[in-house]
Amino acid sequence: MITAILIMAGGGLLLGAVLGWASVRYRVQEDPLVEKIDAILPQTQCGQCGFPGCKPYAEAIAKGEADINRCPPGGEDGVKRLAELLGVDPKPLDEGLEHKPKAVAVIDENLCIGCTLCIQACPVDAIVGAAKQMHVIIADQCTGCELCLPPCPVECIHMEVIREDISRWKWRYPVIPLHPVRQA
Amino acid sequence: MRKLYPFPGGVHPPEHKSESNGRPIAQAPLLPRYVVPLRQHIGNPAKPVVKVGDRVLKGQMIGQPDGYVSTAVHAPTSGRVVAVAPQPVPHPSGIADLAIAIEADGEDRAIEYQPLLDWRSMDPSTLRNRIRDLGLAGLGGAVFPSYIKLNPKAAARIPTLILNGAECEPWITCDDRLMRERPHDILRGIAVMQALLHAEEVLVGIEDNKPEAMAAMQAAAEHCGFPLEVVAVPTQYPAGGGKQLTYLLTGKETPSGALSTDIGVQVFNIGTAYSLYRAIEFGEPVISRVVTVTGHVAEPQNIEVRIGTPIADLIRLAGGELAGASGRLIGGPMMGFDLRDDAAPVTKSVNCVIVKNPILFPPPPPPMPCIRCGECARACPALLQPFELYWYAKARDFGKAQGYQLFDCIECGCCSYVCPSHIPLVDYFRYGKSEIWAREREMQAAEQARKRHEFHLFREEREKQEKADKLAAKAAERLKQGAAAPATADPEAERKKAILQAAIERAQKAKANIQPRNVDNVPPDVQHEIAEIEARRARLREAAHAQDEDKA
Amino acid sequence: MQDYLLLLIGTVFVNNIVMSKILGLCPFMGVSRKLETSLGLGAATAFVLTLASGASYIIDTYLLGPELGYLRTLSFIVTIAAIVGFTEMFIKKTSPVLFRVLGIYLPLITTNCAVLGIPLLSVMQGYNFVEALLFGLGGALGFSLVLILFAAMRERLEAADVPPVFRGTSIAMVTAGLMSLAFLGFSGLIK
Repeated sequence: MITAILIMAGGGLLLGAVLGWASVRYRVQEDPLVEKIDAILPQTQCGQCGFPGCKPYAEAIAKGEADINRCPPGGEDGVKRLAELLGVDPKPLDEGLEHKPKAVAVIDENLCIGCTLCIQACPVDAIVGAAKQMHVIIADQCTGCELCLPPCPVECIHMEVIREDISRWKWRYPVIPLHPVRQA
Repeated sequence: MRKLYPFPGGVHPPEHKSESNGRPIAQAPLLPRYVVPLRQHIGNPAKPVVKVGDRVLKGQMIGQPDGYVSTAVHAPTSGRVVAVAPQPVPHPSGIADLAIAIEADGEDRAIEYQPLLDWRSMDPSTLRNRIRDLGLAGLGGAVFPSYIKLNPKAAARIPTLILNGAECEPWITCDDRLMRERPHDILRGIAVMQALLHAEEVLVGIEDNKPEAMAAMQAAAEHCGFPLEVVAVPTQYPAGGGKQLTYLLTGKETPSGALSTDIGVQVFNIGTAYSLYRAIEFGEPVISRVVTVTGHVAEPQNIEVRIGTPIADLIRLAGGELAGASGRLIGGPMMGFDLRDDAAPVTKSVNCVIVKNPILFPPPPPPMPCIRCGECARACPALLQPFELYWYAKARDFGKAQGYQLFDCIECGCCSYVCPSHIPLVDYFRYGKSEIWAREREMQAAEQARKRHEFHLFREEREKQEKADKLAAKAAERLKQGAAAPATADPEAERKKAILQAAIERAQKAKANIQPRNVDNVPPDVQHEIAEIEARRARLREAAHAQDEDKA
Repeated sequence: MQDYLLLLIGTVFVNNIVMSKILGLCPFMGVSRKLETSLGLGAATAFVLTLASGASYIIDTYLLGPELGYLRTLSFIVTIAAIVGFTEMFIKKTSPVLFRVLGIYLPLITTNCAVLGIPLLSVMQGYNFVEALLFGLGGALGFSLVLILFAAMRERLEAADVPPVFRGTSIAMVTAGLMSLAFLGFSGLIK
């Protein structure tokens, strides 16, 4: 009986020591997973996920505090890729969130009063202007987050869906037209 | 006899060359209107340098190169610019693109061309810039700016120059006719290429179904003054593919993702050599090209037309469509696409227009499921496995498709041609490729946005810090002053308060009088809109006031 | 020498731990959605299994002996748990994505019946140290082989035109059944 207890206790001590050493040797400094999740997110910084930007959302996903289906700009495709990375099942976007076609904000130059409120709201500094001067949005830098819409006191900002042109045009998924075999 | 290295795969579709190669190249008459697209080459579209109403002369630059991978476009005749706007262009999407429409004045007056006859003594870099400004781009179909291809990098030696006269696509005969009729001119263009690249051997690959062109080129080559070999290659589609022709003639395989220059080979099209000759000899920019018009037309033939000729007019020049035509194809039947709008003009990339009829081009039979017979893999000249690519492109699994080297596909159409189930394989590959490109663009945009957001956060933090520092400094100052002279504080504060009050009142008065800028000369509907917004703001202000009073 | 080879091949193919002994089904169904993941888990399990086999043999022969046989299962589990704990830390450090993807299945190697089954079986068969090691390695290789094959098939099924009612787990079950049948074909390989 004593032998048995001694053996088990000794074994336990030995293995515990090994594990203790391993936990020091293989300590994980930071979670590179956040970077990988962040790389998938579309970086619109729109905050629709409920976090103040893409990085905080990525951190929340990595910690398991947020679900993967809360990013509307990423759309179904983004959810799918997050699911793939994290090895979970993809699911539809969370309720109340919908994927919109990519758009850019446009300032109506006739109405802008130069209040700089939108400049402060823009998360990617894509609006140029100064106090009492007309503002303008750099379309190439605009992520379409819509964060500049609510602060505008004269409602001079609206979203314009990006139209397809030749440089952005994509070949369509081949669709085979169905023909009725015989007309009645 | 040169040893040839047959490339794997390939097909041999009916050639249909005899329809159009019997007639000499016709010269198109001057037309009343030309439309010159600004995106005629790979890379950045040219920047328009004329505006509506401008008078232009033939050969005048109307679009200047924008960036490195770009080249110029020129006015095909003299006349007046009537539009600089999106107009139909020959593109599979049918989307309109920025183009310059010119109404011909009938005089066809040209600017003073400056021939580059002393090109041998010119600085190569200057010569290349001239070539860029003359708008040279590969006329075989890929339209890559030629001046870049003529620039041998310091490290990479290009011992072999290949001239592509294979013209492997069925129906097309424009290079064939050009070689038959103007071999000496072509060779003078080749001489410039050879000298710029310092090529040690020059090979002209011509498919053996063009004996006349071969003979003409061979006869001309005897007096060209540099080593040049005209090589007959077996008629097998796609022998005219750059990588295929390179392998066929030299046995060198272009690695995946590499360019032919990486293995010391540069490939040019015959038509490009001819336009280079025009540029050097006459200083003439690329304002015309030879186009094959064939298929279901009255007189199938090759026509030398100006860039910008509407395709409807081009077809009319070939005797017009016959009854029962069912559409038009730009390029060959293997790699070409359906033209959506025949107002679209001839561009540098349009080498052939085929008018379809239901007998020559029956509608494709409905696709059946893949039976995994492997015919496509046997036909693939790029040694890919099209059935695997299809499997993953269809399921939208682009990562896997890329794993099977989707981007080595040259979209030659051999796999679709041999598929017993009539699956439009190439359509799936094109779809996959453009999806991947779109994703790549999105990733880049996201990366940029991430960086800008990070900087935004950093800037906010910095400003907050600066503000806090300033406040702290001020507080410290005040503390010091307060300790020094507490007695004088009261009247001083009173005076300051009065000044502040006056300032606030002034500001409020000014605010009432303030008019938004740039509201002069606005149309009435916008004026009305502004008035509405002003009214709304006034209402809001009143409401806020009322609330304040309630609180008080 | 030949006996050792036969033992190894026999354990991998004929007496495959998953397909003929029906052990370790939980990770077989759970971690076979992606090829990469299954490769990771296969490697982790192989590492744990081989080490556990050797360690169990030493514990059983030199520490427990015939009189303390009742401690066998207990001590084996403790050993396996320690090795798994070590592997877990190692993977977390070297490949956080794999760690995340393997998720619960990594610590579950501890309770993977295949991992406990192999050392117990090898004691039952009375193998010597080398045989026990080979038996562990063979079992691990067999497990990884089946897992990887199955994952590769499921990956292709992902892109296939499967009727809606069969999508997901159902078609995976059908595939697993067919695979098991196929492994029966090895039964004549070694007498």
